[in-house]
Amino acid sequence: MSDTNFVRTEMLPPVAPPVSQRGVVRWLRENLFSGPLNTILSLLAVAALYYLIKASLPWWLNGVWNATSLRECRDIVAASAGPDATGACWAVIRERWHQFLFGFYLPELWWRPMLCFALLFVALAPVLYSDSRRNIALLIGAVTALLALCLLLLDTVVLHLVVSVGVMLALLVVAWTAPRKLLWVTLLYPFFAVWLLWGGSVWGPITTLLGVGVMAIAYRLVAPSLGVVMGSSIGFVAACLWWLFAQGPLLAAVAPALPFDLQPVTSDKFGGFLLAFVIGVSSISISLPLGILLALGRRSDMLLIKTLSVGFIEFVRGVPLITMLFTASLLLQYFLPPRTNFDLILRVVILVTLFSAAYNAEVVRGGLAALPRGQYEAADALGLDYWQAQRLIIMPQALKISIPGIVSTFIGLFKDTTLVSFVGLNDPLKGITQIVRADINWKGIYWEPYIFVGAIFFLACFGMSRYSMYLEQKLKTDHR
Amino acid sequence: MAKTAIDRSKMQVSDEIAIQITGMNKWYGSFHVLRDINMTVNKGERIVICGPSGSGKSTLIRCINRLEEHQQGQIIVDGTELTSDLKNIDKVRSEVGMVFQHFNLFPHLTILENCTLAPIWVRKTPKAEAEETAMHFLRKVKIPEQAHKYPGQLSGGQQQRVAIARSLCMKPRIMLFDEPTSALDPEMIKEVLDTMISLAEEGMTMLCVTHEMGFAQAVANRVIFMDQGQIVEQNEPREFFNNPQSDRTKLFLSQILGH
Repeated sequence: MSDTNFVRTEMLPPVAPPVSQRGVVRWLRENLFSGPLNTILSLLAVAALYYLIKASLPWWLNGVWNATSLRECRDIVAASAGPDATGACWAVIRERWHQFLFGFYLPELWWRPMLCFALLFVALAPVLYSDSRRNIALLIGAVTALLALCLLLLDTVVLHLVVSVGVMLALLVVAWTAPRKLLWVTLLYPFFAVWLLWGGSVWGPITTLLGVGVMAIAYRLVAPSLGVVMGSSIGFVAACLWWLFAQGPLLAAVAPALPFDLQPVTSDKFGGFLLAFVIGVSSISISLPLGILLALGRRSDMLLIKTLSVGFIEFVRGVPLITMLFTASLLLQYFLPPRTNFDLILRVVILVTLFSAAYNAEVVRGGLAALPRGQYEAADALGLDYWQAQRLIIMPQALKISIPGIVSTFIGLFKDTTLVSFVGLNDPLKGITQIVRADINWKGIYWEPYIFVGAIFFLACFGMSRYSMYLEQKLKTDHR
Repeated sequence: MAKTAIDRSKMQVSDEIAIQITGMNKWYGSFHVLRDINMTVNKGERIVICGPSGSGKSTLIRCINRLEEHQQGQIIVDGTELTSDLKNIDKVRSEVGMVFQHFNLFPHLTILENCTLAPIWVRKTPKAEAEETAMHFLRKVKIPEQAHKYPGQLSGGQQQRVAIARSLCMKPRIMLFDEPTSALDPEMIKEVLDTMISLAEEGMTMLCVTHEMGFAQAVANRVIFMDQGQIVEQNEPREFFNNPQSDRTKLFLSQILGH
C-alpha cells in the first residue's frame, strides 16, 4: 500500500483551546504588553493617568457646596485643607442651577418646561422602541417617577403637580394597553409643547393644527388623480393659505369666547438648556425628513427638482452657521411681509433646521448610493411605485446605513445650538455662564460652570450615540 | 443536469400571444445594443435565450418589463403596450415576474415579508391572505421552514428559490429569468433548476436567459441564440443543438458543450 493512500475512518470532534490561550493573562499580554513598544506605551499611559489624577483629585475632593460667593468658597477650602490647597466651588451651581436649566423662566412656571421635557420622552418612546411595549412602558414609568420627584423637590403648586403627574400616568396606561396609540402623542406633541412653553390661548396651537388638517384633506382630494408630488404641493399651499388668512379671524372669534389660557412667556425669558433643547429637538426632528426629501431630490431625474436640491444643499453647506443665525436675527425680517412679527427663537429654529437638513441630505445620499442597483430593480420589477419603493425598500436600508452619519449630524447640531449666543439668546455655555460670572459674588470662577454645562452636554450627546449603536445592532439583519 | 422524467401534460403552447416585439431597437448612448428585434411569445411557451456575453440577451428580457427603455419599435406585453406611461409600466410589471442573477432579495425583511410585500402594497391583498399565499409558494419551492429568517441567513440556492417564490406570489402570467443560476455553486444549481422545471410543468410562460443547456434541452420549446444585439438563430431545442444552421451558433455550441 502506498503512503499517499489515506482514508479517514472517524471524524475529529472540536476541542477547547489550551489554557495559556484564555483568561486575563492572555488579554493583558495581547493588549498591553505584546511587545517592547507596546509595553513602554502602556507604562507611559499609566504614568500620565497617575499624574493627572494626583494633580486634580484634591480639587474634586475639597469641593464646597455651601457658600454664597467665590471668596467664601476659598476661605472654606483654606480653613479645611490648608492655605495652599485647591478646591472646586460647586456652590455656584447650587445657587444658579435654575438659570443654567431654565434661563429666566419664572420659578412658579418651571413645571411647564419640566412636564414638556417629560412628555418629550413619551413622544419619542414609540419611535425609539418601535417593537417593545416593555421598553416603552419602562421609559415612561421612569420619566414619570423622576418628574414627580423633581416637582416635589421644587415645591410645585399641588394643582400643577397633580395635573403633570396625572397626564404622565394616563399616558403610561395608554402605553401599556395600546402602545400604537402613542404615535398620536408623537404627532400632537409639537403643538402641545409650544403651548406649554410659550403659554397663551390653547386655541393658538389648535387652529395651527387645523391647518395641518387642511393640508391632509387637500392631499387626499388631489393625490389620487395628480400624484404624490402635486398632492403634497397643493396641500402645503392650502395649509399656508389657512395659516395666513383663516387662522387669525378664527382665533379672534373663538379665543375670547372659550378662554383656556396659560400665562404667556416671551422668548427672551428662555435660556440655558431649555433653549438648547427647544432649538435642538425641533431642528433635529424637522431636519431629518427634510434631509431625506433633499437627498431624493438630488438623485431625481427631474431637472428642476434636482437643480433646486443641489443648489440648496451646496449653498447652505457653503455658508457658516453663524451667518445663517445673523440672517435669522437681522435679515429675515426684510424678506417677510410687513408687520409679520416672527419670534426670534422660531427664526433661529428655521435656519438651524435648514442648515442641518443640508448636511443630513448628503449623509442620506451616501446611504442611497451604497445600495446595490438590484434593490431598485427588484422593487420596480415587483410593480411598486416610486414612493412605495422608497418607503418600503430603499429608505429602510439607506437610513440604516446612514445611522452613524445622521447621529453625528444630530450631535453636531445639538452642540451648535450654543452658537445662538451670537444673536443675543442665552445659551447655557456662553450666555448663561457669562451672566453668572458677571455677578460680583462669582467673579473669577472658571471651571465649575463650564464643567457643569459640559457634563450635561456630554450626557445628552453620549445618550444619542449609545442609542444609535443600539439601533444599529437591532437593525442588523445581514448576518455577514 | 435536469430531472429525468418531466411531466409534459400541461406544457401546452396556446395560440394566444403573451408578448409581441416588433422592430425593436435600443442604444446605450451611441452603442447599438439591440438591433431590429422581432419576436412573438405565445402563452405557455418556454423560451431559452442564449448567446455570448454582451450579446444583449439580458437587455432584451429587461426591456420586457421596462427595467430598460427601448428607443424604437413596439413591445406589447399581455395586451399592454410599453410606453413612457407609468400606469402601463406598473400594470405590466405586476403581471410579469422577474428573477435576477443576484437574487436581489430585500435584506432588511424576512423571507415571508419579502414574499408578501408586493401583494400587500401593489395588489392590496389583505395581510393574512398574502401570508397564506406566500407560505403556499414557499412550500412549493421547498423552504417553508425558512419563512421567518432573513435572506442573509440562507444559502445562495435557497435565496434564489425565495426570489422565485416572491415573484410567484404576485400570480404573474409571465416569468422572466435573468441568468438565475450563474451566481450559484454547482451543488445549488440543481435545486433552482428543479424549481424552474416544476414551474414549466404547470404551464407558466417563461423566458429564460441561461447557459444551462441541459435545462434548455429538457424544458424549452424554443431556443433563441443572440449575438451582437440581434437574434441569429431560433429553433426548437433538438434541431438547435443537433443541427445548428449559422456558423456563429456552431462555434458557440462547440465552445459551450465541448467540455
